[in-house]
Amino acid sequence: MYRYDTIDRTLVNERVEQYRDQLARHLSGELSEDEFRPLRLQNGLYIQRHAPMLRVAIPYGLLSATQLRMLAHIARKYDRGFGHFTTRQNIQYNWPKLEDSADILADLASVEMHAIQTSGNCVRNITSDEFAGIAPDEIVDPRPLSEILRQWSTFHPEFAFLPRKFKIAVNGAVEDRAATAFHDIGLYVLRDIEGELGVRVLVGGGMGRTPIIGHVIRDFLPWKHALTYVEAILRVYNRYGRRDNMYKARIKILVKALGPEEFTRQVEEEWVEVKDGPGTLTREELDRVSAYFPPPDYERLSDVDADHERLLVDNAAFSRWVGRSVRPHRVAGYRSVVLSLKKTGVPPGDATAEQMETVADWSERFGFGEIRVSHEQNLILSDVRVRDLHTLWLEAKAAGLATPNIGLITDIIACPGGDFCSLANAKSIPIAEAIQRRFDDLDYIHDIGELNINISGCMNSCGHHHAGHIGILGVDKDGEEWYQVSLGGADGSAAGHGRSAIGKVIGPSFKADDMPDVISKLVDTFVELRDEGERFIDAVDRLGSAPFKARVYATKHEKEALDA
Amino acid sequence: MPEIIRKGAVVQDDWLVVRPAAEQPVNELPPGRIIVPLATWLAHAEALLARGSVGVWLAGTDDPAQIAPWLERLSLVAVDFPKFTDGRGFSIAYLLRSRFGWRGELRAIGDVLPDQVFYMQRVGFDAFAVRSDRSVATALRALKTFSDAYQGSWDNAVPAFRRADRPWPESLGQGSLKARQQA
Repeated sequence: MYRYDTIDRTLVNERVEQYRDQLARHLSGELSEDEFRPLRLQNGLYIQRHAPMLRVAIPYGLLSATQLRMLAHIARKYDRGFGHFTTRQNIQYNWPKLEDSADILADLASVEMHAIQTSGNCVRNITSDEFAGIAPDEIVDPRPLSEILRQWSTFHPEFAFLPRKFKIAVNGAVEDRAATAFHDIGLYVLRDIEGELGVRVLVGGGMGRTPIIGHVIRDFLPWKHALTYVEAILRVYNRYGRRDNMYKARIKILVKALGPEEFTRQVEEEWVEVKDGPGTLTREELDRVSAYFPPPDYERLSDVDADHERLLVDNAAFSRWVGRSVRPHRVAGYRSVVLSLKKTGVPPGDATAEQMETVADWSERFGFGEIRVSHEQNLILSDVRVRDLHTLWLEAKAAGLATPNIGLITDIIACPGGDFCSLANAKSIPIAEAIQRRFDDLDYIHDIGELNINISGCMNSCGHHHAGHIGILGVDKDGEEWYQVSLGGADGSAAGHGRSAIGKVIGPSFKADDMPDVISKLVDTFVELRDEGERFIDAVDRLGSAPFKARVYATKHEKEALDA
Repeated sequence: MPEIIRKGAVVQDDWLVVRPAAEQPVNELPPGRIIVPLATWLAHAEALLARGSVGVWLAGTDDPAQIAPWLERLSLVAVDFPKFTDGRGFSIAYLLRSRFGWRGELRAIGDVLPDQVFYMQRVGFDAFAVRSDRSVATALRALKTFSDAYQGSWDNAVPAFRRADRPWPESLGQGSLKARQQA
């Protein structure tokens, strides 16, 4: 994986010192809260309901064992012994002290990590495919471009005070595993028919208050122009994006207001000025950064292991876990393994310090010391030998990380919600838990099949509710917490046949207590009406939302008739 | 006389920023060296030039291309930050320098705070009228916050990746691009 050189180290260390000075000036009263806020936000620090929240960047979701151990250390030393992995592949700590924040950043810097630009109106952490470099369907490894973009965007002097936050995702596989179309800029790394490397550029996607699927503004941009093109997009946005209303300040609103054609024309006009300038990527740079992501020292193995095959037949529980958690790998005899952070009773995405250390140990014993974080808020071991899967499973079960629910109804994406977040209108975690408790029969969960439930506690959509097959949004109604339900969202992954779609709200919202029943009714409707082997999202596509609505909103009288 | 930062030093400065509430007759503008809004300049350029040295300031909504034809006759260009979080001025400054060729003093005015001057300097500002209730000394120190940068801007157009001495990973078996090219 990427390793810091002198420049990276110098910049991150100088950032810690800059922040330490700013924090001291704030604590002494020299920097007002209004002036300190954007500075602390660009170092990942929010002030939340109970305490500050620190969001640490995990660039494109990639961690070393050493880094994960440091995240565990921070959880234990500065927090309450756990952390929350987010839909942007980052980790959040919910209980650090403001006074400790500079020390935490220094600890992070010691393992080549930081919290730079994880919040604020700037270019945020670059997100990508959690299976980069190991997925059989990969066209181009997205990590080198992601790292190049990380460096380009870090402390970019012109784009640190944008109208609003700015998120870039990079995907390089046939399957879009980065929800790329839902980003301010989405980049698909690909090759043209001549084999030339390039990117497809999408702009103006996003969730939030106004969910929009990004527009393709360049079908194929030769790779060397990637940075200058992104610069042109950001310059147009920085100059013309709305600043009078924070709800209309994202780039998607500018693209919508101008129309994608006019927006593209302005970007192209700006790009002409910077094209082929010094910001143009060089072959040497692409080679240099790519060299940080070499394939590890794989053993030459057969793809079939007799003991493993036998265990699959003999042990139904193991087999079930393998079916959900173990993913194909581009190297024979290896698999990647998704460790579920969605055990019932544990907030989705949460991991304890002990679990993080255990996962770090596994990554070394069963792989090459590498861990990935997915936007579905699970952890991935990237290079596990097939023959080790059973041992790993036994240990993962003991550590509470082997719930066989990946991609299923209880693998719920959820933001921290009203339990922690001061932006939230409603709680997310108890809703997730209530749904998980309702669906407690593993056989039934597996029978229901692939189904993404995504929960956000407010319109900011950290829980990606717009992209959930079932989306749940917390809303405030006269001081009470209610939940709006949508159907038919899809994040671009294979779970929705590669489609990116925004879920449609089915009707009036529900009280928290009703949510398990509402989900049950949606699932019952599906189970009754599905074709053989049909998935939930496909049934919603085929049937439309009418039968689901009818069931959920049936009056008492109608309900009795239905039940009869 | 107020203190500002110019070319890395704290200096006394007698330029006065004029912020006319509405359209104001030119002969009613205050005496001395003044920095006028772009609209005032465009309406009264000749009359203003007759006063001697004149500066023009641009708002976030102004198009720097409009001042480009006049740059040779100006003594100073300023960019206004109505709020320190309003980042339009960073792009305007960068364009004035890199695209329209302004080589004279480029001054940040308005809500100019010590913690923003480092980025301002990178995009082309060489003068900073730090808000009067804030420490000029802190701002001066902040100009040296970072000793390096990844990406090019006005201060150094060459990004880190084009530097021949940037180290290469061991897996390539060479110390740097330079070493590689020499090998």
